[in-house]
Amino acid sequence: MSSLTVSNEQTTSAKPSAAKVVQPAWVRILHWVNAFAMVLMIMSGWQIYNASPLFGFTFSSSITLGGWLGGALLWHFAAMWILMVNGLLYLALGLATGRFRKKLLPITPEGVISDTKAALTGKLSHDDLSKYNYVQKLLYAGVIVVGVLVVLSGLSIWKPVQLQYLTALFGGYDAARYVHFFCMAAIVAFMVVHVALALLVPKSLRAMIIGR
Amino acid sequence: MGRLRSLIIPGVDKKLLVRDAAKSMPDLTRRRFITGGASLGALTLLTGCNVVDSSSAEEMLKHVSKFNDAVQAWMFNPNALAPTFPESAITRPFPFNAYYSIDEAPEVDGKNWKLEVRGLVDNKKSWTLDELYALPQVKQVTRHICVEGWSAIGSWTGTPLRDFLKLIGADTRAKYVWFQCADKDGYNSPLDMASALHPQTQMAFKFADEILPVAYGYPMKIRVPTKLGFKNPKYVISMEVTNDYKGGFWEDQGYNSFSGS
Repeated sequence: MSSLTVSNEQTTSAKPSAAKVVQPAWVRILHWVNAFAMVLMIMSGWQIYNASPLFGFTFSSSITLGGWLGGALLWHFAAMWILMVNGLLYLALGLATGRFRKKLLPITPEGVISDTKAALTGKLSHDDLSKYNYVQKLLYAGVIVVGVLVVLSGLSIWKPVQLQYLTALFGGYDAARYVHFFCMAAIVAFMVVHVALALLVPKSLRAMIIGR
Repeated sequence: MGRLRSLIIPGVDKKLLVRDAAKSMPDLTRRRFITGGASLGALTLLTGCNVVDSSSAEEMLKHVSKFNDAVQAWMFNPNALAPTFPESAITRPFPFNAYYSIDEAPEVDGKNWKLEVRGLVDNKKSWTLDELYALPQVKQVTRHICVEGWSAIGSWTGTPLRDFLKLIGADTRAKYVWFQCADKDGYNSPLDMASALHPQTQMAFKFADEILPVAYGYPMKIRVPTKLGFKNPKYVISMEVTNDYKGGFWEDQGYNSFSGS
């Protein structure tokens, strides 16, 4: 931490804007590990879904992982450790460093409405990547909540006897499956928008890779 | 490798089984833990390196699955009971599910059937159905959860396995009770001793107060409400108390061996 601050100060005098660290190293590492684990979880999850679909469709085997139910379960229950450990680290560091509070709060309805309008009319500023607009704040905070829910609903499907109180919170085993599915759907929807916007504003992608 | 049973995929019911089969048959001509070209390609693109080299990935996944066995054994609370339900909650008709169609379900002759007992037990006598029926029985209405994801609530009546194990003088310090079944191609499955001694684990002889029909495992099913359905063997013909891990029909193909609920 201290070395980062020092290098910032050293370069600030020369090139103020370029020196600013938008995404600290721990955020970048946890972000990409999470992205990797999420993709594994979702692709294997689709294969698991196909064994007993909740709705009138299945996922094409070209976008699933595992080849069959047994293989997909092995992937799912392996990647879950990466997702869970990484996610817990992220929550702990986000709270401990004050990043969540500084970056994501406050979220006001007026702010979200005006920034949504600005975004839709192409007037949203991306000059300072270190400051999230209200739409970003809402989506980033929201996807963290959904991320917690997808893990908890997953645990309650995995252990409906040992963790039966958790399962009951979701309305029982069958209901927890639907919660797990809709959380996945929300995360996939987030990813589509997130990736599209990152490609539209490439410097934000660069910041998530090299930090600035 | 190349065993016939590894070609067969599980189905929820006949309709789904046929649908699944029609869709996946060409893909399942060999045993695979990982998926084919497209998703492998996608993963390679995403990670920038080929992390899913098929054999090493398979080895890694097997290790993690063993680790997950240990985690689940640690999580298992021998006193935590599976939730029970009123009779009105019973799923009717209760689904039949196997790696074969119901027409191929084994038809066991109850008069000549005997439960064979082997391994670390004092009394290795075989048991006739009438002798087993004479043991004290209890009824439970619990949720059966399939590895495929669906669930159904059923009513099973039978003798708690732990009472039977005591009766035959089983060494309950042994690691497993291993069951063998009359299914075609031979179904079998190991049950860890902690789960075997769980108060709700039973040798079930009745479903919904009727003698077990063929579909649900006549003459005897091991009902384990703290395990996924495939760890609840039907058409049981023998049990062995053992310290050796002898594998199981689905376990050998990659389903997690503990598979606790």
